[in-house]
Amino acid sequence: MQGLKKMRMPLIFLLVALLFPLFTDNQYYIYVVTLAFIYAIAVYGMNLVGGYTGQLSLAHAGFFAIGAYALGLLTVDANVPYWLAFVLALVITTVIGTLVGLIALRTKEHFFAIYTLCVGYIIYLIIYEWDALTGGVRGLIGIESPAAIGPITFDTGISNYYLILVFLVLTVIFMKFLTESIVGRTYVAIRNSEELAQTIGINTMKQKLISFVISTFLAGLAGALYASFVRFIGPDISYTMMTFDFLMYAIVGGFGTLFGPVVGTLLIVILTQSLQFMEDFRMIIFGPLLVLLVIFYPRGIVGGYQMWKMKRAYKKKQRSVDQGSTYEGGD
Amino acid sequence: MLKLSDVSVRYGMYEALSDISLTVEKGELVVLLGANGAGKSTIFRTISGLNKPVKGTVEFNGESIGGRSASKLVKKGIGHCPEGRKLFPAMSVYENLRMGTYAVRGDKKETARMLEHVYDLFPILREKAKENAGSLSGGQQQMLAIGRALMSRPKVVLFDEPSIGLAPLITEQVFDVIQEINKEGTTVLLAEQNANAALRIADRGYVIENGRIVVSGTQDELMQNDEVRKAYIGA
Repeated sequence: MQGLKKMRMPLIFLLVALLFPLFTDNQYYIYVVTLAFIYAIAVYGMNLVGGYTGQLSLAHAGFFAIGAYALGLLTVDANVPYWLAFVLALVITTVIGTLVGLIALRTKEHFFAIYTLCVGYIIYLIIYEWDALTGGVRGLIGIESPAAIGPITFDTGISNYYLILVFLVLTVIFMKFLTESIVGRTYVAIRNSEELAQTIGINTMKQKLISFVISTFLAGLAGALYASFVRFIGPDISYTMMTFDFLMYAIVGGFGTLFGPVVGTLLIVILTQSLQFMEDFRMIIFGPLLVLLVIFYPRGIVGGYQMWKMKRAYKKKQRSVDQGSTYEGGD
Repeated sequence: MLKLSDVSVRYGMYEALSDISLTVEKGELVVLLGANGAGKSTIFRTISGLNKPVKGTVEFNGESIGGRSASKLVKKGIGHCPEGRKLFPAMSVYENLRMGTYAVRGDKKETARMLEHVYDLFPILREKAKENAGSLSGGQQQMLAIGRALMSRPKVVLFDEPSIGLAPLITEQVFDVIQEINKEGTTVLLAEQNANAALRIADRGYVIENGRIVVSGTQDELMQNDEVRKAYIGA
């Protein structure tokens, strides 16, 4: 029962997400929210390696694009059946992620961030310049929608919405179990102090690599879903701006919190869409808001909410202690 | 059980340890005395695999371990309780202890038994199990750091200046517990500046100055040694 109470907010969220398409006929709204779900999956990857493990990887859009392009090329050019291509796209992203991680994780802190930033940019350049494979600046057109699973088809916006929602929910559940397990706690330990983590027996290199690889896997998953949802991909999805968008979603929602990525991504994506009429001026509102948020809620909206709840519980406890008012001797 | 022969360690060009040779027998409580910057922590970091010796050998139970990774050495039975009661402040007391079992997490039963044991040694930790480690007082933090080092069920534990910044009364408590841990069969290597309190519980000791061992001897010998008395005991 207590577990259920603790999960009340997420369950309400899930219910709203499940019912949302029934209350709107506007395909555009559904499209925007679906896109936000896809980004949220990618942001979960970034949150794991950056927020929990403390290794700020700025190659994330690159891996997102690798997943997207792998799926696109396999289905369009190689005519591989959709779900096989989907699995292969994940494998390809994860393998490349492992190779990059093996080298990148030899660097630390700022240098790791700079190194991965460069890796991300190189991925962008390769996609942009390798015309023969990727279609270069023209991009890849006509990627198919997810193939039917048994009687369930995914050719409408709503069916795609539910498919992607399922992947998002699976991602959240996976993250919940991972971050609460002892292996997941080692990530927080590494963020805290890598050397201290070593002294208590954590193989920090191995754990950082695993965390990095899982993050690239999630980026690839989001990328593959993106490719078959939007059905057109261009090199811009691997651009540095995209990485920083992901980072912004994570920071706004709460870096290193379980629900931060969903909250941050949904909020910002919906906000950007509704401020569209202001065009580029919207950044004038956005920038200061972000600065204020980082100053007053360094752990984002979810982190701020948790703090607020903790403070309230503490006050409650204090009050009940006061009311009990059995004098237990001073000190 | 633990044997360093002619170990030298460098930080860049600076030689932090020069030709350190020391032994710790099974079941002993050995203390390293020395001022700040003498090299006590570097000796510990070398034994626990955080620093690699440029020269000399480190043996643990007859096996050469110099340059092995720290995580493997914890598994082998070398526990390290680092200086300055380093904890994971955002985690609860219980979670800090749980992190200590990481290297030996396969054996759930032993882990549960060890947890009980640590709670018995430090009842305050049981009381505060759910509270954030960052909210503990200095003495409680040190107890948690000691408890966490024990959670990996080490054969030898390195305690790096456990008394630093603690009130005299708390220091005494901490040393009592270290002695108790030693009596239960865990070999202890203790680095201290507080020579008086440390020698009280030690079997033997070494005095380190500028990265070299300058005096060594049994508890009595060191207590009687004029230089040691002048420099560390203040008599």
